[in-house]
Amino acid sequence: MGHAQAPTTSPEVGGMGHSLKRKEDPRFIRGQGEYIDDVVLPGMLWLDIVRSPYAHAKIKSIDSSEALKVPGVAAVVTGADLEKAGLHWMPTLMSDTQMVLPTDRVVYQSQEVAAVVATSRYAAADGVAAVYVDYEPLPVVVDPFKATEPGATLVRPDKGTDTNHIWHWESGDQEGTDAALAASDVKVAQDIYIPRIHVASIETCGCVADWDPVTEHLTVHMTTQAPHAIRTVFSLVTKIPEHKIRIKTHDIGGGFGGKVPVYPGYVLACVASITTGKPVKWIEDRSENLQADSFARDYHIHAELGATKDGKLTALKVKTLADHGSADAAANPSKFPAGLFNVITGSYDLPKAFVEVDGVYTNKPPGGVAYRCSFRVTEAVHAIERMADVMAHELGQDPAAFRLNNFIRPEQFPYKSATGWEYDSGDYHTALRRAMELIGYDDLRKEQTEKRARGELMGIGISSFTEIVGAGPSHTFDILGIKMFDSCEIRVHPTGSAIVRLGVQTQGQGHMTTFAQIVAEELGIPASQITVEEGDTDTAPYGLGTYASRSTPTAGAATAMASRKIREKARLLAAHLLEASPDDLEWTNGRWSVKGSPDRFKTIQDIAFAAYTNHPLGMEAGLEAVDYYDPPNLTFPFGSYIAVVDIDKGTGEVKVRRFVAVDDCGNIINPMIVDGQIHGGLTMGLAPALYEEIRYDEQGNNLSGTFMDYLLPTAVETPAWETDKTVTPSPHHPLGAKGVGESATVGAPPAIANAVVDALWHLGVRHVDIPMTPPRIWAILQEKGVTA
Amino acid sequence: MASQTVTVTVNGEPRTADVEPRLLLVHLLRDVLGLTGTHIGCDTSNCGACTVLVDGVSAKSCTMFAVQADGCSITTIEGMAAGGTLHPLQQAFWDQHGLQCGFCTPGMIMQAAWLLEQNGDPTEAQIREGISGNLCRCTGYVNIVKAIQQAAGELRAADAAPATAGAAAS
Repeated sequence: MGHAQAPTTSPEVGGMGHSLKRKEDPRFIRGQGEYIDDVVLPGMLWLDIVRSPYAHAKIKSIDSSEALKVPGVAAVVTGADLEKAGLHWMPTLMSDTQMVLPTDRVVYQSQEVAAVVATSRYAAADGVAAVYVDYEPLPVVVDPFKATEPGATLVRPDKGTDTNHIWHWESGDQEGTDAALAASDVKVAQDIYIPRIHVASIETCGCVADWDPVTEHLTVHMTTQAPHAIRTVFSLVTKIPEHKIRIKTHDIGGGFGGKVPVYPGYVLACVASITTGKPVKWIEDRSENLQADSFARDYHIHAELGATKDGKLTALKVKTLADHGSADAAANPSKFPAGLFNVITGSYDLPKAFVEVDGVYTNKPPGGVAYRCSFRVTEAVHAIERMADVMAHELGQDPAAFRLNNFIRPEQFPYKSATGWEYDSGDYHTALRRAMELIGYDDLRKEQTEKRARGELMGIGISSFTEIVGAGPSHTFDILGIKMFDSCEIRVHPTGSAIVRLGVQTQGQGHMTTFAQIVAEELGIPASQITVEEGDTDTAPYGLGTYASRSTPTAGAATAMASRKIREKARLLAAHLLEASPDDLEWTNGRWSVKGSPDRFKTIQDIAFAAYTNHPLGMEAGLEAVDYYDPPNLTFPFGSYIAVVDIDKGTGEVKVRRFVAVDDCGNIINPMIVDGQIHGGLTMGLAPALYEEIRYDEQGNNLSGTFMDYLLPTAVETPAWETDKTVTPSPHHPLGAKGVGESATVGAPPAIANAVVDALWHLGVRHVDIPMTPPRIWAILQEKGVTA
Repeated sequence: MASQTVTVTVNGEPRTADVEPRLLLVHLLRDVLGLTGTHIGCDTSNCGACTVLVDGVSAKSCTMFAVQADGCSITTIEGMAAGGTLHPLQQAFWDQHGLQCGFCTPGMIMQAAWLLEQNGDPTEAQIREGISGNLCRCTGYVNIVKAIQQAAGELRAADAAPATAGAAAS
């Protein structure tokens, strides 16, 4: 652990540790970003989608005759049309299947039923209104517990089984855990529901599919976080050769996991373009985005935690029901149907643990994708951090002291967890103590005691989370069989500037800047002279894309390694230019110099020029390298967050008065960008803690399908976040970095939940499910006889 | 559907188009006039990505028909960098890392411009209230608030500068 390292490069070079202003911003602040709906091609048609009003119904007929009479409507596509080409079903990233368009039944509300293609967006919408679909409603199952009962309505009769159960997954030592729990002095148990939420990036999803009938090339301009993987899937599904498919992303207006899956709209636009021979644009409305795109969470968790009477944790047992809606359309690595949920022992030295998860189908939109987190890590962190507080309170111990007593100690790293993960590095005590110092923990406890005596409701909540990101090592991690390496290609131009191409895909994270900084750090080429390109599968090296905080751990490492390959070739060129032995040279600050004679040197710019103008006989010209980086392990960012909340006894409103976040993401590339990621992540942690939930009634009607009913935090609800860092480098990452984009979203909700329960504990409240909305808290206050 | 002629002045330039009466102002700007800096993020007027100034007043352009803007003067993000020089708000958003994906940014800057037009020296609470009709999913608003504070300071200094010079001359 240490504090932020001082940069070793000059501000002009702008390597690691510099808060370089972002290279992407000059376009965005002028309104010159190019997002998907800004893409306009000659002769382009618009596609709009007919959606089901029912959560479960037979389709008796679809009549498109009136729609075809609407001025401007060119075609109506139905499931029957797709069936002829075998495209009415498509694979999900979890080797499940989902309908592109139905041929006989719909299984969730707002499911795609037909597509209308027209000469304008308005004509397409008119066409949608004129398609007549005759439905016969069927019984609906929305509750995953009821879905597993015998005789429950079958959501997926196509699977050929008599159950809605999808899979069972478990991890850890069941027998040992049971024995350790039985032997524990103190045991606590708690049901925890982590509700369905939606990432709701401000830009919705969309694409422009452009089929060239002459060359038989398909170009898809689309909002995707994983362009190469999508290209491969498109090729496998459509049988179009992969070299004739090009995915281009342009600028992406936020992703957060929601732009990883393939949605039916993308496929429909491609089919429509191939059918009409014209480019076809599909852009979701917000309501379509909230009602039909993949959701996150929806985990019903039962957790049991044991401890000795003096408060040492002994064992954790967790049983979870995962509601996947109508298809398992998560985007987890293949071997991990419940993601990395078994990192649930968190920051604690827990000798025994056992975790099991069962996935089930219900009549809701498909999913299980992330909401700015690495594969179910948020669910795991929420459960263990809530349980830690339940146990601390049960023991009558201060939650901070309880954590400090149970953390994995610095000298235990690398630490093997009870469920098999090897944590790379950590110093949890220092992070929590720093957070306590910054927020004035002891004074706050005094204030709370005084306020409680006056009947005021104030709570202090801690979350000391450990993440697991950067998937992942190829021995364990793949998606649909494609290993989860990532890539970087660097070409240094003769005059010393460079272009860097990556297999990952920025959606606002600032890759144009940070990846240039990595090359600047490694090669001494100023970041301002480095172009970073992503999102064109015709030019970028193959990679798995950006999600699960994997860009820095994988492609960031690849960028460092590719730079180092270039540096090694530069050594040979420098030796040639200096007439010295390569072994006699040393690398400092962007130059190779002769050991002991620092005046005899060649800069990377000198060397780049020589690579094209004066390379030695027998050496290939040019100065470039590509690296496909297969990480040896995942990285484990961590942090300690402390929230202070006040609860309005009259309305039940929770106000986050202060929130201190101490993060440790290892070595930092750009401190300004890291802080920005944490601010945003915290706000996406506040959101599900207090406001966001996609709810359904018993008929499967989505009750949160617009921004009128699904509250994203505004600047008013969002507190002024206070941030600080500790720095514990990853020992296995070439830059010592760990990834940071999602830490705060993972860590923040339990801090807020723990603060709310802490404010209500003396009333007998042991747990409150999120979102802790005013009505939910007000009802608790009523039940406990608290009045304003 | 019978079309109607709409004449608007956009970023100082007169523009005329024949449009359907139901055409939204945001679609006039984006699809007809090709000014794609103004974005669309929702269908319920909640997100503010489409915010522009209509006769100097902040408006969500997804909530107005183009025909309602007939005869009006409209400023969009493309009109903010007068003569190629960044508006203090644009510069401040860049300086303060007030944007990430950039999708909400044009609407946020236009709303901030309107806010500072109303109140040149807002408190943090007033800034937060003033942009509460504009959603950002990336930044957590911290640096947006800082950017608006920076721009407010610069605009006040620019306003004060000529008066100071005048006082010195007398």
